[in-house]
Amino acid sequence: MKVLVPVKRVLDYNVKPRVKADGTGVDLANVKMSMNPFDEIAVEEAIRLKDKGVTEIVVVSIGEQKSQETLRTALAMGADRAILVVSETKVEPLGVAKILAKIVEEEKPDLVILGKQAIDDDNNQTGQMLAGLLNWGQGTFASKVEIVDGSVNVTREVDGGAETDTLKLPAIITTDLRLNEPRYASLPNIMKAKSKPMAQKTPADFGVDVTPRLTTLKVVEPAKRSAGIKVADVDALVGKLKEMGVAK
Amino acid sequence: MKTLVWVEHDGQAVKDATLSAVTAASQLGEVHLLVVGQGVDGVAAEAAKIAGVGKVHVADDAAFAHALAENVAPLIVELMASHDAFVAPSTTHGKNIAPRVAALLDVMQISDILSVESEDTFTRPIYAGNAIATVQSIDAKKVITVRGTAFAKAATEGGSGEIEAVASTGDKGLSTFAGSEIAKNERPELTSAKIIVSGGRALASSDQFHAMIDPLADKLGAGVGASRAAVDAGYAPNDYQVGQTGKIVAPEVYVAVGISGAIQHLAGMKDSKVIIAINKDEDAPIFQVADIGLVGDLFKIVPELTAKL
Repeated sequence: MKVLVPVKRVLDYNVKPRVKADGTGVDLANVKMSMNPFDEIAVEEAIRLKDKGVTEIVVVSIGEQKSQETLRTALAMGADRAILVVSETKVEPLGVAKILAKIVEEEKPDLVILGKQAIDDDNNQTGQMLAGLLNWGQGTFASKVEIVDGSVNVTREVDGGAETDTLKLPAIITTDLRLNEPRYASLPNIMKAKSKPMAQKTPADFGVDVTPRLTTLKVVEPAKRSAGIKVADVDALVGKLKEMGVAK
Repeated sequence: MKTLVWVEHDGQAVKDATLSAVTAASQLGEVHLLVVGQGVDGVAAEAAKIAGVGKVHVADDAAFAHALAENVAPLIVELMASHDAFVAPSTTHGKNIAPRVAALLDVMQISDILSVESEDTFTRPIYAGNAIATVQSIDAKKVITVRGTAFAKAATEGGSGEIEAVASTGDKGLSTFAGSEIAKNERPELTSAKIIVSGGRALASSDQFHAMIDPLADKLGAGVGASRAAVDAGYAPNDYQVGQTGKIVAPEVYVAVGISGAIQHLAGMKDSKVIIAINKDEDAPIFQVADIGLVGDLFKIVPELTAKL
């Protein structure tokens, strides 16, 4: 059984984003970039499924040349080989899903595991779009994945609790935070990852038009909250709550 | 523009998230609703009364009972032949279904909008709400999800929508619903609560979380939330989580107890009208967004506060 895991290079989740003064976007020059946290969980899940019949894990990233660092991280965690689709211009989820659909046609994986959302554009679309394009079942926001003869049971985090759906394979899964705790790559594995194969492609190789459908007109900082006050004790806090009409 | 709005419901009643989506859709043009499910006559009747609503399309079929995206998306795609936009609230159903619809229509979805600037231009948060992007779509048909807290709720009375049955597109056989565990919660639902009391890692155990947070919430008639740290540590159930990856809330009053205020948590609550923080670390980032802060030991402060309310 083969698993495909798309990963994205994003601004590290601990870094506070700074909006550029000219309003064209967020400043990504000289800031720490990392693998999208949800994608780490996706890679980890694929590796864990290796005991359950997964024989090969292929990781894919679409983006600038530097995305190969992200792919090396995935290889060091335990993925077998990588495909880098280089595009120096930003590719939207629809374009990414179309490229992934072509890769799926070539690679024929039984399962594609993606993160539920990227923490930069916060779209939460790619997995669902890919499932739609392939006409496969989708198990989004997964907190538990079980492969049982020809199908996969996915427990999903939904508003109000959890829901379990059974999907016919091949299928798409998107990971939620609680699916697993991703491993760290060990130094020997990081060294080993350097010799694992990485194919390099472009969107044009797949005949996919990645012209953006959305134009970003401007990016601004959210409205700042005005500075608050500190109260000395509980009585003062109760007083404030009464003023606001929250307490009687 | 003719918009089709996804009606979020639990089989019994229309959920509040729908009402915010209707407000957003009404800024685009004529509002039609879509009620999908099994045995949803009651929901459809309730939906038809929402102010400003035109047609209410009702698709009642066993294949739609659990709103599986694989079965629901083709139905929506069919209806989109006669609509210009599909608008869904950013609920787990909306987020699950809308992108599948968008891909089938070959359009880019605009996720979690905060405002409608014009028919094709919207604002939406990126980077955990640390930046607001204004985006313009060139797609002929729009697929949009709506952040509930950013739009006023449409009135639940006064409308007279015309109910129209839609033929089922059937079961696509790709997925089946196997079961669900919905947490029982008698408190106000988080995303619509006027007051929320939220606990963090400092609560240190599930027992203490409930012993500290629950009585205070009950006194205030508040919903109960939690930070990711508290949820991961098992102090509170998953669906309590407020933040970038949990629920986005904007109550009148948000009381953060023992929450440091990581970027990911702030993303879920910083649009609250008044933020109150109780934390023993006076340098905790939560105090930078709090309107009222109290520095001290929550295990002393919270019981005292609960007693004095």
